[in-house]
Amino acid sequence: MTVTIIVISVILILTGIFFFLGAAVGLLRFPDFYARMHAAGKGDTLSSLLVILGFAVYQLHDFHSLSHDWPTLLVILKLLAVVLFIFLTSPTATSALMDAGWEDNVKPIIAEGRSNHLEDDCDDA
Amino acid sequence: MEKRKTTPSIYTALFFALLFLVWVVFSGFFDLFHLTLGVISCALITWISSDLLFEDRTSPLRRRLLQLVRMTQYTGWLLWQIVLANVFLLRLAFGPRDRLQPQIVRYECGLKSDFEKFLLANSFTLTPGTVTFKILGSTYYIHAINDEAAAGLDGEMERRIARIFAAEGSDRREGAAAET
Repeated sequence: MTVTIIVISVILILTGIFFFLGAAVGLLRFPDFYARMHAAGKGDTLSSLLVILGFAVYQLHDFHSLSHDWPTLLVILKLLAVVLFIFLTSPTATSALMDAGWEDNVKPIIAEGRSNHLEDDCDDA
Repeated sequence: MEKRKTTPSIYTALFFALLFLVWVVFSGFFDLFHLTLGVISCALITWISSDLLFEDRTSPLRRRLLQLVRMTQYTGWLLWQIVLANVFLLRLAFGPRDRLQPQIVRYECGLKSDFEKFLLANSFTLTPGTVTFKILGSTYYIHAINDEAAAGLDGEMERRIARIFAAEGSDRREGAAAET
């Protein structure tokens, strides 16, 4: 039982780390600031969920009885709270950073023939 | 009139209960001393800033509960979208660069309350290939990383969010307001 739980948690953590790697590669390879924000902003949601879920599962490895091991449940709840806060703040921070970039006149790279409605509308104003 | 006076106090109690729940989970001490400290601090915070949560205090608790259930369903769906978004990103990160066609598109939304807009903006950012850039009034400017992602902005997400907060619940509230 203990071994199964540890194996599951290791698999979760490794998958999470793999997604983190993808985010890092995207961060380096994408062409401009805004595209890189995609990698930074999304890459850390699923990956941190998986890693922290792995931690939470690992906490169960010496869970025997509810009356004796209930503090473990509190630890798991705290870990899940971390996930909740990351999910609430990470997208907001991404939007705020992109907005700050725009205000600072960082020009986005727009593919040929594609729209940049934000610039269109700002010119009108 | 009487009903309107009593509902806000329920919300204040709910606010206190939520704070205290968080206190108990985060502290992990169940002796009298720590619990008393918790009650004091939670009461203080409730007194100072209980108006931070629950904007509309006239809506009945039953409707809130319904919203909570729907919100949970939505979160489940969103979680699946997040998985898709990360797989999508992984493919782009390791794939050839010509798959990227960055563009900024406009999206008009019909949602009204700030919380709904916040939820929609966050959901766009969490789903494949799109990041909310800027919100001006009810116009969203969204940075899409390629054509596929831009085509995905078809308003399905907005419908799902609108469904959480509206439907029969709002009719009932309007009916109750007409009665009073």
